[in-house]
Amino acid sequence: MPKTGSRISHLVEALPPSGIRRFFELVEQMPEAISLGIGEPDFVTPWRVREAAIFSLERGHTHYTPNRGTKQLLTELARYLSRRLGLEYDPETELLITIGASEAVDAALRAIVEPGDGVLIGEPCFVSYSPCAVLAGGRAIPVVTRVEHAFQLQPEELAEADDGGARVLMLSYPSNPTGAIMTPEALHGVVQYARDRDLLIISDEVYAELTYNGSHTSVAAMPGARERTVLVGGFSKAWAMTGWRLGFAAGPADIIAAMTKVHSYTVMCPPTTAQEAAVEALRACDDAVEEMRRSYNQRRRVSLNRLNAMGLECFEPKGAFYAFPSVGRTGLGSEEFAERLLREEKVAVIPGNAFGACGEGFVRCCYATSMELLEEAFARMARFAARASG
Amino acid sequence: MEEVLQLLAEDARLSAAQIAERVGRSEKEVRTAIEKLEAGGVIRRYKTVVDWEKAGIEHVYGFIEVRVSPERGAGFDAVAERIMGFPEVHSLYLMSGTYDLLVVIQGKTMREVAFFVAEKLAPLEHVLSTATHFVLKRYKVDGDVLAERAEVKRLPVTP
Repeated sequence: MPKTGSRISHLVEALPPSGIRRFFELVEQMPEAISLGIGEPDFVTPWRVREAAIFSLERGHTHYTPNRGTKQLLTELARYLSRRLGLEYDPETELLITIGASEAVDAALRAIVEPGDGVLIGEPCFVSYSPCAVLAGGRAIPVVTRVEHAFQLQPEELAEADDGGARVLMLSYPSNPTGAIMTPEALHGVVQYARDRDLLIISDEVYAELTYNGSHTSVAAMPGARERTVLVGGFSKAWAMTGWRLGFAAGPADIIAAMTKVHSYTVMCPPTTAQEAAVEALRACDDAVEEMRRSYNQRRRVSLNRLNAMGLECFEPKGAFYAFPSVGRTGLGSEEFAERLLREEKVAVIPGNAFGACGEGFVRCCYATSMELLEEAFARMARFAARASG
Repeated sequence: MEEVLQLLAEDARLSAAQIAERVGRSEKEVRTAIEKLEAGGVIRRYKTVVDWEKAGIEHVYGFIEVRVSPERGAGFDAVAERIMGFPEVHSLYLMSGTYDLLVVIQGKTMREVAFFVAEKLAPLEHVLSTATHFVLKRYKVDGDVLAERAEVKRLPVTP
Protein backbone atom coordinates (compact mmCIF):
# COMPACT_ATOMS: atom_id res chain seq x y z
CA MET A 1 0.00 0.00 0.00
CA PRO A 2 1.32 3.42 -0.83
CA LYS A 3 1.61 5.69 2.18
CA THR A 4 -1.08 8.32 2.78
CA GLY A 5 -0.97 11.24 0.43
CA SER A 6 1.37 9.70 -2.07
CA ARG A 7 -1.36 8.92 -4.53
CA ILE A 8 -1.86 12.64 -5.05
CA SER A 9 0.51 14.26 -7.52
CA HIS A 10 3.23 16.22 -5.77
CA LEU A 11 2.40 19.24 -7.89
CA VAL A 12 -1.13 19.37 -6.53
CA GLU A 13 -0.07 18.36 -3.05
CA ALA A 14 2.30 21.31 -2.97
CA LEU A 15 -0.35 23.85 -3.99
CA PRO A 16 -1.25 25.92 -0.95
CA PRO A 17 -4.96 25.81 -0.05
CA SER A 18 -6.74 29.06 -0.93
CA GLY A 19 -6.59 31.52 1.97
CA ILE A 20 -10.21 32.23 1.24
CA ARG A 21 -11.23 28.63 1.82
CA ARG A 22 -10.32 28.71 5.53
CA PHE A 23 -12.26 31.90 5.94
CA PHE A 24 -15.24 30.44 4.15
CA GLU A 25 -15.42 27.70 6.76
CA LEU A 26 -15.26 30.22 9.61
CA VAL A 27 -17.99 32.39 8.14
CA GLU A 28 -20.18 29.42 7.32
CA GLN A 29 -20.48 28.68 11.03
CA MET A 30 -21.91 32.16 11.53
CA PRO A 31 -24.96 32.43 9.30
CA GLU A 32 -26.03 35.69 10.96
CA ALA A 33 -22.80 37.48 10.01
CA ILE A 34 -22.92 40.27 7.43
CA SER A 35 -20.58 39.23 4.66
CA LEU A 36 -18.48 41.71 2.72
CA GLY A 37 -16.48 38.71 1.59
CA ILE A 38 -18.51 37.83 -1.48
CA GLY A 39 -16.82 38.32 -4.84
CA GLU A 40 -19.95 38.56 -6.95
CA PRO A 41 -22.81 40.94 -7.74
CA ASP A 42 -25.83 41.07 -5.44
CA PHE A 43 -28.02 41.55 -8.50
CA VAL A 44 -29.76 38.63 -10.12
CA THR A 45 -29.09 38.26 -13.88
CA PRO A 46 -31.35 40.68 -15.82
CA TRP A 47 -34.69 39.04 -16.56
CA ARG A 48 -34.42 39.31 -20.33
CA VAL A 49 -31.22 37.25 -20.19
CA ARG A 50 -32.85 34.62 -17.99
CA GLU A 51 -35.89 34.64 -20.24
CA ALA A 52 -33.70 34.04 -23.30
CA ALA A 53 -32.25 30.99 -21.54
CA ILE A 54 -35.72 29.65 -20.80
CA PHE A 55 -36.70 30.15 -24.44
CA SER A 56 -33.55 28.35 -25.56
CA LEU A 57 -34.45 25.36 -23.38
CA GLU A 58 -38.04 25.39 -24.58
CA ARG A 59 -36.85 25.13 -28.16
CA GLY A 60 -34.80 22.10 -27.16
CA HIS A 61 -31.38 23.62 -27.70
CA THR A 62 -29.68 21.15 -25.43
CA HIS A 63 -26.91 19.80 -27.65
CA TYR A 64 -23.19 20.47 -27.92
CA THR A 65 -22.09 23.60 -29.74
CA PRO A 66 -18.85 24.04 -31.71
CA ASN A 67 -15.79 24.00 -29.43
CA ARG A 68 -15.14 27.70 -29.76
CA GLY A 69 -18.75 28.64 -29.08
CA THR A 70 -21.78 29.39 -31.23
CA LYS A 71 -21.27 31.49 -34.31
CA GLN A 72 -23.96 33.85 -33.11
CA LEU A 73 -22.24 34.54 -29.79
CA LEU A 74 -18.78 34.85 -31.35
CA THR A 75 -20.11 37.39 -33.84
CA GLU A 76 -21.93 39.32 -31.14
CA LEU A 77 -18.80 39.28 -28.96
CA ALA A 78 -16.66 40.67 -31.80
CA ARG A 79 -19.17 43.50 -32.19
CA TYR A 80 -19.18 44.14 -28.47
CA LEU A 81 -15.36 44.32 -28.22
CA SER A 82 -15.33 46.77 -31.09
CA ARG A 83 -18.16 48.86 -29.66
CA ARG A 84 -17.01 49.01 -26.04
CA LEU A 85 -13.23 48.64 -26.14
CA GLY A 86 -12.39 49.73 -29.67
CA LEU A 87 -10.79 46.34 -30.40
CA GLU A 88 -11.22 44.43 -33.65
CA TYR A 89 -11.11 40.63 -33.49
CA ASP A 90 -12.02 38.11 -36.15
CA PRO A 91 -14.86 36.01 -34.72
CA GLU A 92 -13.73 33.03 -36.77
CA THR A 93 -10.13 32.81 -35.61
CA GLU A 94 -9.42 35.20 -32.75
CA LEU A 95 -12.15 34.53 -30.19
CA LEU A 96 -12.93 31.65 -27.86
CA ILE A 97 -15.89 31.25 -25.51
CA THR A 98 -14.87 29.62 -22.21
CA ILE A 99 -16.28 28.34 -18.94
CA GLY A 100 -15.91 31.64 -17.12
CA ALA A 101 -12.89 33.89 -17.34
CA SER A 102 -11.18 31.30 -15.11
CA GLU A 103 -11.02 28.69 -17.83
CA ALA A 104 -9.70 31.27 -20.28
CA VAL A 105 -6.79 32.08 -17.92
CA ASP A 106 -6.06 28.38 -17.42
CA ALA A 107 -6.22 27.54 -21.14
CA ALA A 108 -4.04 30.53 -22.04
CA LEU A 109 -1.36 29.51 -19.56
CA ARG A 110 -1.45 25.89 -20.69
CA ALA A 111 -1.27 26.95 -24.31
CA ILE A 112 1.86 29.06 -23.95
CA VAL A 113 3.88 28.04 -20.88
CA GLU A 114 6.89 25.74 -21.34
CA PRO A 115 8.13 23.76 -18.32
CA GLY A 116 9.93 26.11 -15.96
CA ASP A 117 8.82 29.32 -17.67
CA GLY A 118 8.39 32.24 -15.34
CA VAL A 119 4.94 33.82 -15.10
CA LEU A 120 5.05 37.33 -13.68
CA ILE A 121 1.95 37.95 -11.62
CA GLY A 122 1.04 41.36 -10.27
CA GLU A 123 -0.13 40.97 -6.67
CA PRO A 124 -2.37 41.29 -4.73
CA CYS A 125 -4.55 39.47 -7.24
CA PHE A 126 -7.30 36.94 -7.77
CA VAL A 127 -6.38 33.66 -6.09
CA SER A 128 -6.15 31.35 -9.08
CA TYR A 129 -3.39 32.84 -11.27
CA SER A 130 -0.43 31.44 -9.39
CA PRO A 131 -1.86 27.89 -8.99
CA CYS A 132 -2.86 27.84 -12.67
CA ALA A 133 0.65 28.92 -13.68
CA VAL A 134 2.11 26.09 -11.59
CA LEU A 135 -0.37 23.52 -12.93
CA ALA A 136 0.64 24.59 -16.45
CA GLY A 137 4.23 23.70 -15.57
CA GLY A 138 5.41 27.24 -15.04
CA ARG A 139 6.86 29.14 -12.11
CA ALA A 140 4.77 31.85 -10.53
CA ILE A 141 6.82 34.99 -9.94
CA PRO A 142 4.92 37.44 -7.72
CA VAL A 143 5.37 41.10 -8.56
CA VAL A 144 4.60 43.58 -5.82
CA THR A 145 2.20 46.46 -6.40
CA ARG A 146 1.93 49.19 -3.80
CA VAL A 147 -0.72 51.51 -2.45
CA GLU A 148 1.66 54.46 -3.11
CA HIS A 149 1.24 53.70 -6.80
CA ALA A 150 -2.51 53.14 -6.44
CA PHE A 151 -1.72 49.43 -6.86
CA GLN A 152 -0.70 49.95 -10.47
CA LEU A 153 1.97 47.66 -11.82
CA GLN A 154 5.31 49.48 -12.29
CA PRO A 155 7.99 48.49 -14.82
CA GLU A 156 10.61 48.89 -12.05
CA GLU A 157 8.84 46.32 -9.88
CA LEU A 158 8.62 43.99 -12.85
CA ALA A 159 12.33 44.31 -13.53
CA GLU A 160 13.11 43.67 -9.89
CA ALA A 161 11.02 40.49 -9.74
CA ASP A 162 12.03 39.12 -13.15
CA ASP A 163 14.85 36.58 -12.87
CA GLY A 164 15.38 36.55 -16.62
CA GLY A 165 13.26 33.43 -17.07
CA ALA A 166 9.92 35.12 -17.39
CA ARG A 167 7.92 34.51 -20.56
CA VAL A 168 4.45 35.54 -19.51
CA LEU A 169 2.99 38.56 -17.75
CA MET A 170 -0.31 38.09 -15.97
CA LEU A 171 -2.28 41.32 -15.56
CA SER A 172 -5.67 41.96 -14.02
CA TYR A 173 -7.25 45.40 -14.06
CA PRO A 174 -9.71 46.59 -12.82
CA SER A 175 -8.34 44.62 -9.91
CA ASN A 176 -9.85 42.12 -7.58
CA PRO A 177 -9.07 42.67 -4.66
CA THR A 178 -7.85 46.28 -4.73
CA GLY A 179 -10.33 47.97 -7.07
CA ALA A 180 -7.34 49.59 -8.80
CA ILE A 181 -7.31 50.42 -12.49
CA MET A 182 -4.34 51.04 -14.79
CA THR A 183 -4.21 54.44 -16.47
CA PRO A 184 -3.20 54.38 -20.16
CA GLU A 185 0.15 55.95 -19.13
CA ALA A 186 0.81 53.20 -16.61
CA LEU A 187 -0.22 50.56 -19.15
CA HIS A 188 2.17 52.06 -21.64
CA GLY A 189 5.17 51.47 -19.35
CA VAL A 190 4.16 47.88 -18.69
CA VAL A 191 3.57 47.13 -22.37
CA GLN A 192 6.96 48.65 -23.18
CA TYR A 193 8.54 46.31 -20.64
CA ALA A 194 6.73 43.30 -22.14
CA ARG A 195 7.91 44.26 -25.62
CA ASP A 196 11.51 44.74 -24.49
CA ARG A 197 11.55 41.29 -22.86
CA ASP A 198 9.35 39.65 -25.48
CA LEU A 199 6.75 38.63 -22.89
CA LEU A 200 3.28 37.39 -23.74
CA ILE A 201 0.55 39.13 -21.77
CA ILE A 202 -2.54 37.48 -20.33
CA SER A 203 -4.89 40.23 -19.23
CA ASP A 204 -7.91 39.29 -17.14
CA GLU A 205 -10.31 42.17 -17.69
CA VAL A 206 -13.44 40.57 -16.31
CA TYR A 207 -14.29 43.84 -14.49
CA ALA A 208 -13.83 45.97 -17.64
CA GLU A 209 -17.41 47.26 -17.54
CA LEU A 210 -17.16 48.29 -13.92
CA THR A 211 -15.09 51.46 -13.88
CA TYR A 212 -16.24 54.67 -12.27
CA ASN A 213 -14.07 57.49 -13.57
CA GLY A 214 -14.29 57.16 -17.31
CA SER A 215 -14.27 54.02 -19.38
CA HIS A 216 -11.84 51.14 -19.28
CA THR A 217 -8.72 50.96 -21.44
CA SER A 218 -7.75 47.45 -22.42
CA VAL A 219 -4.11 46.46 -22.50
CA ALA A 220 -4.78 45.08 -25.98
CA ALA A 221 -5.62 48.60 -27.17
CA MET A 222 -2.11 49.87 -26.37
CA PRO A 223 0.28 50.26 -29.31
CA GLY A 224 2.26 47.09 -29.93
CA ALA A 225 0.30 45.07 -27.35
CA ARG A 226 -2.37 43.32 -29.37
CA GLU A 227 -0.13 40.76 -31.06
CA ARG A 228 1.29 39.59 -27.71
CA THR A 229 -1.86 39.78 -25.59
CA VAL A 230 -4.59 37.32 -24.68
CA LEU A 231 -7.49 39.42 -23.47
CA VAL A 232 -9.71 37.55 -21.02
CA GLY A 233 -13.22 38.65 -20.09
CA GLY A 234 -16.49 37.25 -18.92
CA PHE A 235 -20.16 37.72 -18.27
CA SER A 236 -20.07 37.13 -14.52
CA LYS A 237 -19.54 40.61 -13.19
CA ALA A 238 -21.11 43.23 -15.47
CA TRP A 239 -24.13 41.11 -16.39
CA ALA A 240 -24.40 39.46 -12.96
CA MET A 241 -24.02 36.00 -14.48
CA THR A 242 -21.55 34.29 -12.12
CA GLY A 243 -23.47 31.04 -11.91
CA TRP A 244 -23.75 30.69 -15.70
CA ARG A 245 -19.99 30.15 -15.98
CA LEU A 246 -19.30 31.98 -19.20
CA GLY A 247 -16.21 33.89 -20.25
CA PHE A 248 -14.08 34.47 -23.29
CA ALA A 249 -10.60 34.98 -24.66
CA ALA A 250 -9.56 37.25 -27.52
CA GLY A 251 -6.10 37.15 -29.01
CA PRO A 252 -3.81 36.35 -31.92
CA ALA A 253 -5.09 33.45 -34.03
CA ASP A 254 -2.20 31.08 -33.24
CA ILE A 255 -2.68 31.37 -29.49
CA ILE A 256 -6.47 31.15 -29.71
CA ALA A 257 -6.09 28.00 -31.86
CA ALA A 258 -3.78 26.45 -29.24
CA MET A 259 -6.16 27.41 -26.44
CA THR A 260 -9.05 25.93 -28.40
CA LYS A 261 -7.13 22.65 -28.60
CA VAL A 262 -6.74 22.56 -24.80
CA HIS A 263 -10.34 23.64 -24.32
CA SER A 264 -11.71 21.03 -26.74
CA TYR A 265 -10.00 18.23 -24.79
CA THR A 266 -10.93 19.48 -21.33
CA VAL A 267 -14.40 21.01 -21.54
CA MET A 268 -15.50 20.39 -25.16
CA CYS A 269 -17.63 23.48 -25.40
CA PRO A 270 -19.28 26.05 -23.18
CA PRO A 271 -22.86 25.42 -22.02
CA THR A 272 -25.37 25.95 -24.82
CA THR A 273 -28.05 27.59 -22.69
CA ALA A 274 -25.60 30.08 -21.22
CA GLN A 275 -24.30 30.99 -24.67
CA GLU A 276 -27.76 31.75 -26.01
CA ALA A 277 -28.49 33.84 -22.93
CA ALA A 278 -25.20 35.71 -23.39
CA VAL A 279 -26.23 36.76 -26.89
CA GLU A 280 -29.17 38.58 -25.34
CA ALA A 281 -26.85 40.08 -22.70
CA LEU A 282 -24.59 41.57 -25.37
CA ARG A 283 -27.40 42.70 -27.61
CA ALA A 284 -29.91 44.22 -25.30
CA CYS A 285 -28.56 44.86 -21.84
CA ASP A 286 -26.46 48.04 -22.03
CA ASP A 287 -29.05 49.88 -19.93
CA ALA A 288 -29.20 47.14 -17.31
CA VAL A 289 -25.40 47.13 -17.04
CA GLU A 290 -25.37 50.92 -16.74
CA GLU A 291 -27.95 50.80 -13.97
CA MET A 292 -25.93 48.25 -12.01
CA ARG A 293 -22.74 50.24 -12.50
CA ARG A 294 -24.48 53.35 -11.19
CA SER A 295 -25.68 51.48 -8.13
CA TYR A 296 -22.18 50.07 -7.41
CA ASN A 297 -20.75 53.55 -7.80
CA GLN A 298 -23.13 54.95 -5.16
CA ARG A 299 -22.12 52.20 -2.77
CA ARG A 300 -18.46 52.69 -3.64
CA ARG A 301 -18.59 56.33 -2.58
CA VAL A 302 -20.34 55.51 0.69
CA SER A 303 -17.87 52.68 1.43
CA LEU A 304 -14.85 54.85 0.80
CA ASN A 305 -16.20 57.59 3.08
CA ARG A 306 -17.05 55.19 5.91
CA LEU A 307 -13.69 53.41 5.79
CA ASN A 308 -11.68 56.61 5.78
CA ALA A 309 -13.90 58.09 8.53
CA MET A 310 -13.17 55.11 10.81
CA GLY A 311 -9.44 55.59 10.28
CA LEU A 312 -8.94 52.60 7.98
CA GLU A 313 -7.13 54.50 5.28
CA CYS A 314 -8.41 53.49 1.87
CA PHE A 315 -7.18 54.59 -1.53
CA GLU A 316 -9.95 55.33 -4.00
CA PRO A 317 -10.93 52.19 -5.88
CA LYS A 318 -11.87 53.17 -9.42
CA GLY A 319 -13.08 49.83 -10.68
CA ALA A 320 -14.60 46.44 -9.79
CA PHE A 321 -16.68 46.37 -6.57
CA TYR A 322 -14.06 46.15 -3.85
CA ALA A 323 -12.50 48.53 -1.37
CA PHE A 324 -9.09 47.58 -0.01
CA PRO A 325 -8.46 49.55 3.18
CA SER A 326 -5.31 49.40 5.27
CA VAL A 327 -5.82 48.03 8.78
CA GLY A 328 -2.42 49.38 9.87
CA ARG A 329 -3.93 51.85 12.32
CA THR A 330 -5.30 49.02 14.47
CA GLY A 331 -1.88 47.42 14.84
CA LEU A 332 -3.43 44.12 13.74
CA GLY A 333 -2.37 41.93 10.83
CA SER A 334 -4.86 41.20 8.04
CA GLU A 335 -5.86 37.80 9.34
CA GLU A 336 -6.12 38.82 12.97
CA PHE A 337 -8.21 41.83 11.98
CA ALA A 338 -10.56 39.76 9.84
CA GLU A 339 -10.90 36.98 12.36
CA ARG A 340 -11.55 39.26 15.32
CA LEU A 341 -13.97 41.41 13.32
CA LEU A 342 -15.89 38.29 12.45
CA ARG A 343 -15.97 36.91 15.98
CA GLU A 344 -16.55 40.19 17.81
CA GLU A 345 -18.84 42.07 15.43
CA LYS A 346 -20.00 39.38 13.00
CA VAL A 347 -18.78 41.09 9.86
CA ALA A 348 -16.82 39.11 7.29
CA VAL A 349 -14.06 40.71 5.22
CA ILE A 350 -11.23 38.87 3.47
CA PRO A 351 -7.64 39.22 4.77
CA GLY A 352 -5.55 40.94 2.11
CA ASN A 353 -2.78 38.36 2.26
CA ALA A 354 -5.16 35.78 0.76
CA PHE A 355 -4.41 37.62 -2.50
CA GLY A 356 -0.63 37.56 -2.21
CA ALA A 357 1.97 38.39 0.44
CA CYS A 358 1.95 42.12 -0.38
CA GLY A 359 -1.76 42.23 0.51
CA GLU A 360 -0.74 41.91 4.16
CA GLY A 361 -1.93 44.89 6.18
CA PHE A 362 -5.10 45.27 4.11
CA VAL A 363 -8.53 43.66 3.96
CA ARG A 364 -10.89 43.29 1.02
CA CYS A 365 -14.42 44.62 1.48
CA CYS A 366 -16.86 43.85 -1.29
CA TYR A 367 -19.51 46.56 -1.49
CA ALA A 368 -21.82 44.60 -3.80
CA THR A 369 -24.37 44.22 -1.03
CA SER A 370 -27.42 46.28 -0.06
CA MET A 371 -26.90 49.81 1.24
CA GLU A 372 -28.67 48.90 4.50
CA LEU A 373 -26.33 45.97 5.16
CA LEU A 374 -23.31 48.05 4.13
CA GLU A 375 -24.20 50.80 6.59
CA GLU A 376 -24.70 48.27 9.37
CA ALA A 377 -21.47 46.44 8.52
CA PHE A 378 -19.45 49.67 8.49
CA ALA A 379 -21.00 50.81 11.78
CA ARG A 380 -19.88 47.56 13.38
CA MET A 381 -16.49 47.79 11.75
CA ALA A 382 -15.99 51.34 13.02
CA ARG A 383 -16.82 50.16 16.55
CA PHE A 384 -14.29 47.36 16.20
CA ALA A 385 -11.59 49.55 14.65
CA ALA A 386 -11.92 52.09 17.49
CA ARG A 387 -11.68 49.31 20.08
CA ALA A 388 -8.75 47.59 18.40
CA SER A 389 -6.85 50.83 17.95
CA GLY A 390 -7.21 51.39 21.70
CA MET B 1 -29.98 65.33 -11.71
CA GLU B 2 -31.45 62.17 -13.19
CA GLU B 3 -29.56 60.14 -10.60
CA VAL B 4 -30.97 62.28 -7.77
CA LEU B 5 -34.49 61.76 -9.10
CA GLN B 6 -33.93 58.03 -9.47
CA LEU B 7 -32.74 57.76 -5.88
CA LEU B 8 -35.72 59.74 -4.58
CA ALA B 9 -38.18 57.79 -6.71
CA GLU B 10 -36.77 54.63 -5.13
CA ASP B 11 -36.68 55.96 -1.56
CA ALA B 12 -38.32 59.33 -0.86
CA ARG B 13 -36.99 59.37 2.68
CA LEU B 14 -33.32 59.70 1.69
CA SER B 15 -31.83 62.88 3.11
CA ALA B 16 -29.97 65.38 0.96
CA ALA B 17 -26.79 64.36 2.79
CA GLN B 18 -27.29 60.69 1.94
CA ILE B 19 -28.00 61.45 -1.69
CA ALA B 20 -25.02 63.80 -1.90
CA GLU B 21 -22.70 61.09 -0.63
CA ARG B 22 -24.00 58.54 -3.11
CA VAL B 23 -23.81 60.74 -6.17
CA GLY B 24 -20.54 62.40 -5.20
CA ARG B 25 -21.85 65.99 -4.86
CA SER B 26 -21.98 68.40 -1.94
CA GLU B 27 -25.00 68.35 0.34
CA LYS B 28 -25.71 71.97 -0.50
CA GLU B 29 -25.72 71.30 -4.24
CA VAL B 30 -28.15 68.44 -3.81
CA ARG B 31 -30.40 70.38 -1.45
CA THR B 32 -30.60 73.25 -3.94
CA ALA B 33 -31.29 70.85 -6.81
CA ILE B 34 -34.13 69.16 -4.90
CA GLU B 35 -35.69 72.50 -3.96
CA LYS B 36 -35.62 73.52 -7.58
CA LEU B 37 -37.19 70.23 -8.66
CA GLU B 38 -39.92 70.67 -6.07
CA ALA B 39 -40.56 74.30 -7.00
CA GLY B 40 -40.65 73.47 -10.71
CA GLY B 41 -43.18 70.70 -10.18
CA VAL B 42 -40.83 67.95 -11.37
CA ILE B 43 -41.14 66.41 -7.93
CA ARG B 44 -44.91 66.45 -7.37
CA ARG B 45 -44.97 64.98 -3.87
CA TYR B 46 -43.59 62.18 -1.71
CA LYS B 47 -45.74 59.18 -0.97
CA THR B 48 -45.61 55.66 0.40
CA VAL B 49 -46.11 52.38 -1.42
CA VAL B 50 -48.56 50.43 0.76
CA ASP B 51 -49.56 46.80 0.42
CA TRP B 52 -53.10 47.41 1.68
CA GLU B 53 -54.01 43.77 1.55
CA LYS B 54 -51.20 42.91 3.93
CA ALA B 55 -52.41 45.66 6.26
CA GLY B 56 -55.80 43.93 6.32
CA ILE B 57 -57.44 46.86 4.55
CA GLU B 58 -59.19 45.58 1.45
CA HIS B 59 -59.34 47.65 -1.70
CA VAL B 60 -61.15 46.76 -4.86
CA TYR B 61 -59.91 48.10 -8.17
CA GLY B 62 -62.12 48.39 -11.22
CA PHE B 63 -60.75 49.18 -14.68
CA ILE B 64 -63.53 50.88 -16.58
CA GLU B 65 -63.34 51.26 -20.35
CA VAL B 66 -65.32 54.34 -21.28
CA ARG B 67 -66.39 55.36 -24.78
CA VAL B 68 -67.24 59.04 -25.06
CA SER B 69 -68.20 61.46 -27.79
CA PRO B 70 -65.64 64.23 -27.75
CA GLU B 71 -66.92 67.76 -27.30
CA ARG B 72 -66.48 70.33 -29.97
CA GLY B 73 -63.59 72.62 -29.03
CA ALA B 74 -62.69 70.75 -25.83
CA GLY B 75 -62.08 67.25 -27.24
CA PHE B 76 -61.87 64.68 -24.47
CA ASP B 77 -60.48 67.06 -21.90
CA ALA B 78 -63.78 68.46 -20.68
CA VAL B 79 -65.29 65.07 -19.95
CA ALA B 80 -62.00 63.89 -18.46
CA GLU B 81 -62.13 66.92 -16.17
CA ARG B 82 -65.57 65.88 -14.94
CA ILE B 83 -64.46 62.33 -14.32
CA MET B 84 -61.19 62.98 -12.56
CA GLY B 85 -62.85 65.23 -10.01
CA PHE B 86 -64.36 62.23 -8.23
CA PRO B 87 -62.09 61.05 -5.40
CA GLU B 88 -63.03 57.45 -6.23
CA VAL B 89 -61.09 57.84 -9.50
CA HIS B 90 -57.61 56.50 -8.82
CA SER B 91 -56.17 57.03 -12.32
CA LEU B 92 -57.47 58.25 -15.64
CA TYR B 93 -55.95 57.80 -19.09
CA LEU B 94 -56.89 58.77 -22.64
CA MET B 95 -56.32 55.68 -24.77
CA SER B 96 -55.87 54.74 -28.37
CA GLY B 97 -57.88 51.76 -29.63
CA THR B 98 -61.45 50.60 -29.20
CA TYR B 99 -62.40 52.86 -26.31
CA ASP B 100 -61.39 56.37 -25.24
CA LEU B 101 -60.88 56.71 -21.51
CA LEU B 102 -59.54 54.17 -19.06
CA VAL B 103 -60.82 54.97 -15.59
CA VAL B 104 -59.34 53.15 -12.61
CA ILE B 105 -61.70 53.19 -9.64
CA GLN B 106 -60.62 52.33 -6.13
CA GLY B 107 -63.37 51.25 -3.75
CA LYS B 108 -63.96 49.18 -0.65
CA THR B 109 -66.21 46.62 -2.31
CA MET B 110 -67.17 45.54 -5.82
CA ARG B 111 -70.64 46.80 -5.08
CA GLU B 112 -69.29 50.24 -4.28
CA VAL B 113 -67.34 50.36 -7.54
CA ALA B 114 -70.29 49.08 -9.55
CA PHE B 115 -72.58 51.68 -7.98
CA PHE B 116 -70.15 54.44 -8.78
CA VAL B 117 -70.07 53.40 -12.41
CA ALA B 118 -73.84 53.10 -12.60
CA GLU B 119 -74.67 56.29 -10.73
CA LYS B 120 -71.88 58.69 -11.58
CA LEU B 121 -69.90 57.56 -14.60
CA ALA B 122 -72.37 56.01 -17.05
CA PRO B 123 -74.99 58.79 -16.83
CA LEU B 124 -72.44 61.55 -17.57
CA GLU B 125 -73.17 63.60 -20.63
CA HIS B 126 -71.05 62.47 -23.64
CA VAL B 127 -70.42 59.02 -22.10
CA LEU B 128 -71.63 56.49 -24.66
CA SER B 129 -70.84 53.22 -22.91
CA THR B 130 -68.82 51.66 -20.12
CA ALA B 131 -67.33 48.21 -19.58
CA THR B 132 -66.19 47.33 -16.06
CA HIS B 133 -63.34 44.90 -15.28
CA PHE B 134 -62.47 44.03 -11.69
CA VAL B 135 -58.92 43.36 -10.58
CA LEU B 136 -58.60 39.90 -9.07
CA LYS B 137 -54.98 40.02 -7.99
CA ARG B 138 -52.22 42.62 -8.12
CA TYR B 139 -48.87 41.12 -9.05
CA LYS B 140 -46.78 44.17 -9.89
CA VAL B 141 -47.74 47.78 -9.34
CA ASP B 142 -45.73 50.80 -10.53
CA GLY B 143 -42.60 48.68 -10.85
CA ASP B 144 -42.98 47.05 -7.44
CA VAL B 145 -43.54 43.31 -7.35
CA LEU B 146 -46.07 42.65 -4.58
CA ALA B 147 -45.81 38.86 -4.42
CA GLU B 148 -43.58 37.45 -1.69
CA ARG B 149 -40.49 35.76 -3.04
CA ALA B 150 -37.86 33.62 -1.42
CA GLU B 151 -34.63 35.55 -0.91
CA VAL B 152 -31.85 34.64 -3.34
CA LYS B 153 -28.88 33.43 -1.33
CA ARG B 154 -25.20 33.78 -2.19
CA LEU B 155 -22.33 31.81 -0.68
CA PRO B 156 -20.97 33.76 2.31
CA VAL B 157 -17.40 33.98 0.97
CA THR B 158 -16.19 33.73 -2.62
CA PRO B 159 -12.93 34.73 -4.29
